[in-house]
Amino acid sequence: MLLIPCPWCGPRDETEFRYGGEAHVSYPADPEALSDEEWADYLFMRDNPRGWWSERWAHAAGCRRWFNLTRNTATNEIGVAYRVGEDPPAEVSDR
Amino acid sequence: MSGRRLAAPAGHGIDRARPLGFTFDGVPYEGLSGDTLASALLANGVEVVARSPLQGRPRGVFSAGVEEPNAFVEVSAPAFRPIVPAPAVPLVDGLAASSRPGVGRLPADDVGAPAAHHRHVHVETLVVGAGVAGLRAALQAAESGDRVMLVDERSWIGGTARTGDDVDGEPALPWVATTGGALASASEVTVLTDATALGVYDDGYVVVYERSTPVERVHHVRARRVVLATGAHERPIGFRRNDLPGVMLASAAARYADRFGVLAGERAVVFSANHAGHEAATALARQGLEIAAIVDPGEGGRATENARESGIDVRVRWSVLAADGDARVRSVTLVGPGGEVDMLDADLVLVSGGWNPTSQLWRGIGGGLRWDDDRTCFVPDGIGPPWLSIVGAAAGDVPSSVPYWYTPADDLSEHFVDLQRDSTVADVLDAVGHELRSTEHVKRATYIGTAIDQGRTSGALTAAIVNEAWGEGPGAQGPTNSRPPYTPVPYSVLAGLDRGPTLLDPVRTTPMHERHVEGGAVFENVGQWKRPWYFPFPGESMHAAVERECLAARRAAGVMDASTLGAIELVGPDTGAFLDRLYTNRMSTLALGSIRYGLMLGLDGMVLDDGVAMRLAEDHFLITTTTGGAATVMDHVEEYLQTEWPELAVYATSVTEQWATVAVNGPASRDVLSATGTDIDLDAAAFPFMTWREGLVAGMPARVARVSFSGELAYEINIAGHLGLAMWDAVLTAGQPFGLTPYGTESMHVLRAEKGFVIVGQDTDGTVTPIDLGMSWIVRSDDSDFIGRRSLRRADTVRPDRKQLVGLLPTDPTVWLPEGAQLVSPEHASTQPPVPMLGHVTSSYRSPELERTFALAMVIGGRERIGGHVVSPTPRGPVECAVVSPVFYDPEGARRDG
Repeated sequence: MLLIPCPWCGPRDETEFRYGGEAHVSYPADPEALSDEEWADYLFMRDNPRGWWSERWAHAAGCRRWFNLTRNTATNEIGVAYRVGEDPPAEVSDR
Repeated sequence: MSGRRLAAPAGHGIDRARPLGFTFDGVPYEGLSGDTLASALLANGVEVVARSPLQGRPRGVFSAGVEEPNAFVEVSAPAFRPIVPAPAVPLVDGLAASSRPGVGRLPADDVGAPAAHHRHVHVETLVVGAGVAGLRAALQAAESGDRVMLVDERSWIGGTARTGDDVDGEPALPWVATTGGALASASEVTVLTDATALGVYDDGYVVVYERSTPVERVHHVRARRVVLATGAHERPIGFRRNDLPGVMLASAAARYADRFGVLAGERAVVFSANHAGHEAATALARQGLEIAAIVDPGEGGRATENARESGIDVRVRWSVLAADGDARVRSVTLVGPGGEVDMLDADLVLVSGGWNPTSQLWRGIGGGLRWDDDRTCFVPDGIGPPWLSIVGAAAGDVPSSVPYWYTPADDLSEHFVDLQRDSTVADVLDAVGHELRSTEHVKRATYIGTAIDQGRTSGALTAAIVNEAWGEGPGAQGPTNSRPPYTPVPYSVLAGLDRGPTLLDPVRTTPMHERHVEGGAVFENVGQWKRPWYFPFPGESMHAAVERECLAARRAAGVMDASTLGAIELVGPDTGAFLDRLYTNRMSTLALGSIRYGLMLGLDGMVLDDGVAMRLAEDHFLITTTTGGAATVMDHVEEYLQTEWPELAVYATSVTEQWATVAVNGPASRDVLSATGTDIDLDAAAFPFMTWREGLVAGMPARVARVSFSGELAYEINIAGHLGLAMWDAVLTAGQPFGLTPYGTESMHVLRAEKGFVIVGQDTDGTVTPIDLGMSWIVRSDDSDFIGRRSLRRADTVRPDRKQLVGLLPTDPTVWLPEGAQLVSPEHASTQPPVPMLGHVTSSYRSPELERTFALAMVIGGRERIGGHVVSPTPRGPVECAVVSPVFYDPEGARRDG
């Protein structure tokens, strides 16, 4: 069971959280301006890297806040938690 | 009977002054404090402990630990255990056990499954395994100031250390005692015996099962550092009839003699491919066991010379070909380097084919293995999570061994590999002969490794045989993976005290629940909620009760408890703008005091939930959700407010539990409310449909909403939760003269279906758009965006052959279609399948008002088919149905104002 560092509550068991998939996939400013392909890309397509990436978590059974987390998908090692709206740390964005 | 108890000083782990009585298969025996059931059985000369599960072959004690593949028993006292290996059962006074052939069984009557207390533990260092390596690691951690937990599945610390072993030049057993004492007296160190680490999970999370008395415990340990000191298991070698009682792992026989003072036989042939087997033989010879010969398939070594010096006949480059005897080893056939054969009398064959590091917990969390040529086994490669380390024998510190897996013979069908699955070398080669290359496939063809022991003695052997058969090196493939739990654990222990209908999952009840119970309601579960399903009179059938309830609501008045509907309050200057993005229709234009029905979609354009929005103030709305969708909608709202549109000033709070709702439906509902007593003007002009008013009802402050899920004139009385019961009672009393009838969810379903109102999650299934439901009227067409809007233009969403909501009327008005029934074209009514499916029934009822059955259905191109027919091929024959509009009753909406 992952030990997830909630930015507001500190390290807590994974069972308190809800997973939210890949981070930094923003709701398009004008969905109507997108082609079917672009909209489908936003809707369905996510990265699936082996290694470090950023993902979203919500502390559902705690403070109910959403935040972002870097995690190594191969080793389950957790990097850092950071707030919604903040940029991912360099080791993830440089991937 | 050839097993016997040795005289003192043999048996450093038993207390000869404390005899314990026990029974096995009904026969009384005596053992000693410190015994396991296996050592006590051996001491009493019990040779056959169980029969093999598939072939019924006699089996004895094979090992001295949880790797045991043979000696399975059922324990009936002091506490019931369905199937456990005898070497892992600590002997207690009054223990009653009986033979189990490989498969457990549940008791005929409820003897009480063991419960366990669960506790959470936080330490810097958790050490699994209290052998020499584990004790050393724990001591080191304790000395550095860590909080330490040390756990071992056995009843003692010291692991496999024997008299004569040494630790850093000190005699091992005194070292174990001294180190154990030091740990016991350290303030931040916990040492648990009879405690198994069932699994190691991410970030140092380990579940430990402690078989303590009187109450067992499950420790949920979160450790900064986990050290695995899980030791190694000795592995057997394949030869003919290597499953006979008397065939035993060499280290096990040595442990029985040293720790328990028990000799497992009188005269042994030792078949050893490594020096540890020779040493065990030498030690056993000192304790009085006659060693007929040590048979070494390799070239021997220093241990060979030591054994010879003790006068033991050591035969290098010889092998054991077969054991023979009726239900016990009587003689052993050996084969020499030139093929010469010799036969020796013996009642034991002690086998040591080499050592496998116990890496199950290591592998379970992603630790890797590599083949070690010298030690002829897979050892941890050191690549695992940074918080995990593995030490001692588990890390690969095991004796070097000759790669020898089985003695060749023409007939390999009694060369057993997995004793608990009765699988042989012949079975493995047969699987390979059928082109199975992966050990995972061989496992599934032979069942090797699928038994309770998870293949501890057979996995490495199987992999070696498969690799060799394919002409590959011994490291080509490792044994199959094994998974938690490390050893079996009762479900009741994992459940702990969280048992029974209320602790397994919370049960939610409304403030009126006790009155529903008194009223004889039959309940249905809606998510965690208990909702009245129908309210039968004594002796009344469900069908009759529902018919009575529906007619009351249509012709007089009915009342239902609608408190379970989700309620969310949203406050803030941007609430209207936010709700416009949440719902397909516009909520920001809703007038103060008004109510609007709304649908919300997922990003994919599919219906997510529905409900109404009430505007309580300029910047303050209350929205309702379906009973089952409340949490989903709350999550949805919070997610968008926090992650996508944090610039919107909106605060959302779930208020479901704060409110109770009494819904009065029917033409007499105005009279009922009036009789209940209210200062709200109930005149239809002053209090029109889809508005709410606040005032006193029965003297209690209430918010009354004119919304209707039945199509009738209706008032939903919303009241503070703690007043819910009082309001329910007041309304029922006042309504009595008007024939007010309580009704449940079944009648609610009939009433709403007659009106063609969908239930999200019943008529929809996550693949249905508002357009599919014929609800394009609620999807706004201006330029403003809402969640899911763009998806409504996707090619798949505008397909003409999507399923659409329609009504169905069976041609025979008495035929009641089952919900979920499939629908086909009439031309395929009698065609043998496969035939094209047109759709399925989503809701189906008998309507007392229509005096017939009817249904809602999702049908391909359904609206085009209105006026035509479809057929449902039911087990009782095809049912023809007319396809009609989904609105069956009062299509003009004339009844909503009473």
